[in-house]
Amino acid sequence: MEKLLEVKDLAVSFQTFFGEVEAVRGISFHVDKKETVAIVGESGCGKSVTANSIMQLLPMPPAFYKHGQILFNGEDIVQKSEKEMQKIRGNQISMIFQDPMTSLNPTMKVGKQIVEGLIKHQNLSSQEAEKKAIEMLDLVSVPQPEKRIKQYPHEFSGGMRQRVMIALAMVSHPKLLIADEPTTALDVTVQAQILDLMKDIQDKFGTSIILITHDLGVVADMCDRVIVMYAGQLLEEGKVDEIFKNPKHPYTRKLLGSVPRLDMDRSETLYSIEGTPPDLYIPPKGCPFFDRCDQAMVVCKGHMPEREYHTDSHYSCCWLNHPMAKKAAEGSEI
Amino acid sequence: MSKYFLKRLAMAVVTLLAIITITFILMHSVPGDPFANENKRMPEAVYQNLMKKYGLDKPYSHQYIMYLKNIARGDFGESMKSNTETVNEMIARGFPVSAQLGLQALIIALIFGPVLGAIAALYQNKLPDYISMIISIIGVSVPSFVMGSFLIQFIARNVDWIPIGGWGEWKHTILPSFALALMPLAQMARLMRSSMLEIIGQDYIKTAKSKGISRTAVIMKHAVRNAILPIISILGTTISNLLVGSFVIEKIFGIPGLGMFFTTSIYNRDYTLIMGVTVFYAIVLIAMLLLVDIAYTLIDPRIRLTEEGR
Repeated sequence: MEKLLEVKDLAVSFQTFFGEVEAVRGISFHVDKKETVAIVGESGCGKSVTANSIMQLLPMPPAFYKHGQILFNGEDIVQKSEKEMQKIRGNQISMIFQDPMTSLNPTMKVGKQIVEGLIKHQNLSSQEAEKKAIEMLDLVSVPQPEKRIKQYPHEFSGGMRQRVMIALAMVSHPKLLIADEPTTALDVTVQAQILDLMKDIQDKFGTSIILITHDLGVVADMCDRVIVMYAGQLLEEGKVDEIFKNPKHPYTRKLLGSVPRLDMDRSETLYSIEGTPPDLYIPPKGCPFFDRCDQAMVVCKGHMPEREYHTDSHYSCCWLNHPMAKKAAEGSEI
Repeated sequence: MSKYFLKRLAMAVVTLLAIITITFILMHSVPGDPFANENKRMPEAVYQNLMKKYGLDKPYSHQYIMYLKNIARGDFGESMKSNTETVNEMIARGFPVSAQLGLQALIIALIFGPVLGAIAALYQNKLPDYISMIISIIGVSVPSFVMGSFLIQFIARNVDWIPIGGWGEWKHTILPSFALALMPLAQMARLMRSSMLEIIGQDYIKTAKSKGISRTAVIMKHAVRNAILPIISILGTTISNLLVGSFVIEKIFGIPGLGMFFTTSIYNRDYTLIMGVTVFYAIVLIAMLLLVDIAYTLIDPRIRLTEEGR
C-alpha cells in the first residue's frame, strides 16, 4: 500500500500564561491511500490537536510545532507557509467538524458555502459552481438540491447540515478527509446514515479518511485500522480486528470494557476507568497511563515503553508486553 | 410583510400616545408655568390674558384633548416664548441643520468604529488593539464639551481654513461632526471588538479556513457580516440621537440646530415646545427602530419580519 500521509515524531505544544502545554508529544503514524484510520481516545488526549495540526488550523501562536514532520504526498506540511497551505486545505485535505449546527455560516447560502473553496481552487464560473453545488448535494442525498442550495443553514436539520458539511468537504475530491467526531452531535439513527454516506463517498472518490472519535462502535463499523491515543501519545495501533479481539494495552482493554453491550445484564453497572488523564503542563516521564493502570509496575513510572510489535500491523507501548516483563511482573507489582 | 408594517404602525401610535401623556403629566407637575417669572412679576391682567390666549386657564383634561386634536393634524402649536415662530417652524428650521451634522457624524462613526473594532479583535493584545482601545476609551469617557473645546483649541486655532464656530458653509460642519461622532464611534469600536472576538472563535470560521480561502476572505465574508449585528442593534437609538442634535455641541460651536431646544424649552417652561421636540424625537426614534429591524433581516436570514413568535 502506498502511504498518503505519514506523521513522524510530531509534537505540538501550546504556549500559555501558565507555561507550556504539551498537547501532542511525539506521535508517529501513517495513513495509506483509500484507507480509513481511526484515532480514539478520551477528551483532551490530543486527537483534535493532531487533526488540526495536519491542516495547520491551530492558532499560532499560542500553538507551535515543537518537532517532527507531517509528510503528505512526501511533502512536509509543518514547513509550509500559510499561502502554500491554502492550496492544500479544502483541495487536497478537507475536514468535517463535530457540531453541524455551528460549523456552517448562518448568514451565507448553503450552495455558496459548498463551492466557495472550489471557486478559488479551480477558477470556476458562477454557473459551473452552482451546477457543482447541486451535484454535490445530490450526491450526499439532500433532496431537492436545486432549491436547497439557495437556502440558509437554519433551514436544515442537524443531519442534513452534516450532509452539507460532507458535500462541502468533498466538493474538490480531496485525497484525505479528516472527520473530527462527525457523528457525536447527531442522534443515533442519523449517525448511522452519516457513516454510511461517508463510506459511499469514500468508495466513489477513493479518499482516505482519518476518523477522530471516542465512539468505539463507529470505529468497528467504519475503519481499517485503529490508533489509540492517550495524553498526547500513541499507546496502541493495529487493524480493527486486532484491536477489538486482542487488545494488548491495559488502556485499550479498559476502553473496550467501558462500552455498553447488548448482552450485558441490566443490573450490571457500566464499567468506567477511574481517575483522570495526567496534566499536560507537567507531562509524566514514564507511561502516561501509570496512575490509572491496575497492572502498573515500578518501571512504568520512570520510563516510557518502546513499541512492542505483536504482528506487522499491531503494536502496543506497554512494559507488560516487553519480553522481560513476565519475570519482572511476578516480584515487583505495586 | 404589509401586515407587519400595519402592526408596527399601530404600535407606533400607541407608543406615541403614551409618550405624549407621560410628558404632559410630567410637564404640568413641575411647579410654575411659562409666564410665572420669579424676578419681575407681570401685571395680573396681562398674566391672565396670556394664560387665556394659550388655553392654560382651562382644566388639564381639556388642554390635553385640545393638544391631541392639534397634533393629529400635525400642528405642534405656537411657542409660548417666541413671538415670531410656531413650534413647527422652529423644528423645520433646526432639524435640517442638526440632521446634516448628525448624518456626517454617523458616517464618520460607521466608517471608523467597526473598522477600529475589527482591527482590535484581529490583533488582540497587540499594539493595534491597544491603540484602538485607547481611542475608544477616550471617546466614551471624555465629555463632548471637553472634546469640542479641545478641537477648537488645537485644530481650529492652528488650521486657518477651519472656523472656530458658526454656521453657513460646509467647513463649519467639520469640527462639530467629529466631536459628535466620537462617542458613537467609540461605542461601535468596543462592540465590534467583542463581537468579532466571539465570532472568530466560532466553528464556521474554522470551516471557512479549512476550505483554503484566504485570510481576508474568511474575515470579510464570514466574520464581519456576522459580527456587525450588535452594531445594527444599537444603530436605532444612535442615529436618532445624532439626527436631533446635541445641546452641548451646538452651544459650543454656535450652531442653530434642534438640539438646544431640548434644554432651553424646559427651563423656559415653553410647554408647546417641550411637547413638540419630545414628540418629534419620539417619531424619529420609532422610525429608526423600524428601519433597524428591516436592516436586521437583510443581514441575518434567520430573522424574519412576521408576527409569529411575538
